Amino acid sequence: MEFITQPWAWYIAGPVIALVMFLLFYFGERFGVSSNLETLCSIGGAGKFVDYFKIDWKENTWNLIFVLGAIAGGFISTYWLSSSTEAVAINPQTVQDLADIGILNAGTTYLPDEIFSIDTMLSLKGFLILIIAGIMVGFGARWAGGCTSGHAIVGLSNLELPSLISVIGFFIGGLVMTWFILPLLF
Amino acid sequence: MKYIKFFLVGILFGIVMSKAEIISWYRIYEMFKFQSFHMYGIIGSAVLLGMISMFLFKKKMVKTFEGNEIHITPKKVGLYRNLLGGTLFGLGWALAGACPGPMFVLVGKGVVSILVVIFGATLGAFLYGLLKDKLPH
Repeated sequence: MEFITQPWAWYIAGPVIALVMFLLFYFGERFGVSSNLETLCSIGGAGKFVDYFKIDWKENTWNLIFVLGAIAGGFISTYWLSSSTEAVAINPQTVQDLADIGILNAGTTYLPDEIFSIDTMLSLKGFLILIIAGIMVGFGARWAGGCTSGHAIVGLSNLELPSLISVIGFFIGGLVMTWFILPLLF
Repeated sequence: MKYIKFFLVGILFGIVMSKAEIISWYRIYEMFKFQSFHMYGIIGSAVLLGMISMFLFKKKMVKTFEGNEIHITPKKVGLYRNLLGGTLFGLGWALAGACPGPMFVLVGKGVVSILVVIFGATLGAFLYGLLKDKLPH
């Protein structure tokens, strides 16, 4: 069991993700998580306001079920497949860099309290950071026509130019946020 | 019953996202700081094996479980949509430390505040639909 409960190396994780994509194609569908956000809008009645969301969302039921499975997978791995420690073995330099910008104890858990603790969520600044981050992810993913799964994994595997351009965009945005904006936020 | 297979593949996805620490905010920060090979190794090896899958599909050596040929519908082309949308996505990815898949996995991990991010992401998708015709694509 120790093989399972310890953190998985990249050379295990990459092939498992490729297997997930393969299985979805084998079952007749294309791997892509962010389209579920549009499906959620349609279910929530967004079609009443915007024609774009007037779709037969039942065709995407498989993808919602996939997401439910992902939630279950997160639960299973956290409560049944993990050793007691929650530490993430990030580079000591990363820990130092984060301390310098005001994020302390980096890597002792999966997520920084400075962004994800309940107290932070209930503060105005903390709430705005969470919701604005979400809006940028959702808006950007649908504008670009996909996220990390649809573009970076499937699109790049299929040598699609739009996906390569999108992934370059993901990195432009990610680098600007990490190097220039995050240091100003905390 | 036809959906149970998608639930099982979803579980596998959730487990690998969690066990390989892809759902950790710190791993995303570390990736954008170029301070670890971890995330690059994951994406790189997944894409490399993905290319082999695509080859098998195109050569019709692998079909769906129902025996149909696997056609991969190409993504919509557009320099502005891919570059600008991609950049906006990247800003959010590095701030939240999670893209859409990991957001849902974090729900299963019991992280309450990620629900605000998911609400934001759904709102973002709605705003895109609302403003779509005014945006360059």
